[in-house]
Amino acid sequence: MKRLVLAGLFGLLLCASPAFAQEEEKPKWPGVDETVVEKYAKDLGREARDPYINTDQGDLLLFLFALAGGIGGFIMGYCWHKVFVAGKKDAERRD
Amino acid sequence: MRFSALLPTLLGLMLLSPRPALAMHISEGILPPGWAAFWFVLAAPFVAWGVRQITRRKNVDPAYIPLLGIFGAAVFVFSCFPIPVPVAGSTAHPAGTGMSAIFLGPFASVVVAFISLLLQALFLAHGGLTTLGGNTFSMGIMGSFSGYGAFRLGRMLRLNLFWSGFLAGVAADLVTYFGTSFEMALALHGTRPFSLVLGQIYLAFMPTQVPLSLLEGVVTGGIIVYVQKHRPDILRKLKVMGVKE
Repeated sequence: MKRLVLAGLFGLLLCASPAFAQEEEKPKWPGVDETVVEKYAKDLGREARDPYINTDQGDLLLFLFALAGGIGGFIMGYCWHKVFVAGKKDAERRD
Repeated sequence: MRFSALLPTLLGLMLLSPRPALAMHISEGILPPGWAAFWFVLAAPFVAWGVRQITRRKNVDPAYIPLLGIFGAAVFVFSCFPIPVPVAGSTAHPAGTGMSAIFLGPFASVVVAFISLLLQALFLAHGGLTTLGGNTFSMGIMGSFSGYGAFRLGRMLRLNLFWSGFLAGVAADLVTYFGTSFEMALALHGTRPFSLVLGQIYLAFMPTQVPLSLLEGVVTGGIIVYVQKHRPDILRKLKVMGVKE
């Protein structure tokens, strides 16, 4: 328990460090929507607007991405079982 | 530092530094209204025919539905999953439609892409509702048909399943972004030469997309090999694998 607390404190201190704060000022790993799509669109006279359903507010978008990934993973896993486990047995019985 | 302490440290770092994922389709508002409508009109027949194909295959082969579930969910997850590309210092997403086109058929893959893009536009601020037609055309139609065509070409050239699948994955990715570049250049080139603008945009994608397309190729090829080993009857039913393979 003591090690966990110390590790957590270490993480907090690291996050509060100037290096980490400086990293926030200049986002790394931009998507190609920024580096290509929106950049060239802006150069050519068009700019992206906010989505009509704007979920990019605080951590809502992060939540929705995590939820979407979880649901997608569940569907893939469920259907994978149907095809490669249950379905395989059915195929073997037919053979 | 022991593993037991390292894990909560990493977890703390992750929890304390959330970052929103960035959209990587054509964003809302970039395509002028006329062009946005044009791509909707162009994409609509493919989606309609795809729905028809899904209905037919579902009636003939009930096992088609779980396959649709697997690859439908895979396309959705893949196409909103930002992957960092170190050599480019940016992120982009795979298409996934080459793989889905192989297993579901290219028209059904268009439907899968359309639904994925719609959900992303509605809930994930990814792409856009007005650009849904354009994104469907580039990722769904161009990605699916190019991936499917590359796979079939590979098989005709006697390539094994892995390399045929690899070609499908690479083609789907690169052609998808060519489609995006084409749509943007067509709508926005103004007085500049169309081919010049197209080339500039497409080349700008390449530092990120070429490495990513190779990854997508490996994943696609690997999945086909997996299916070959565990459910070869599926591939035989799709007529992409002979009895002797």
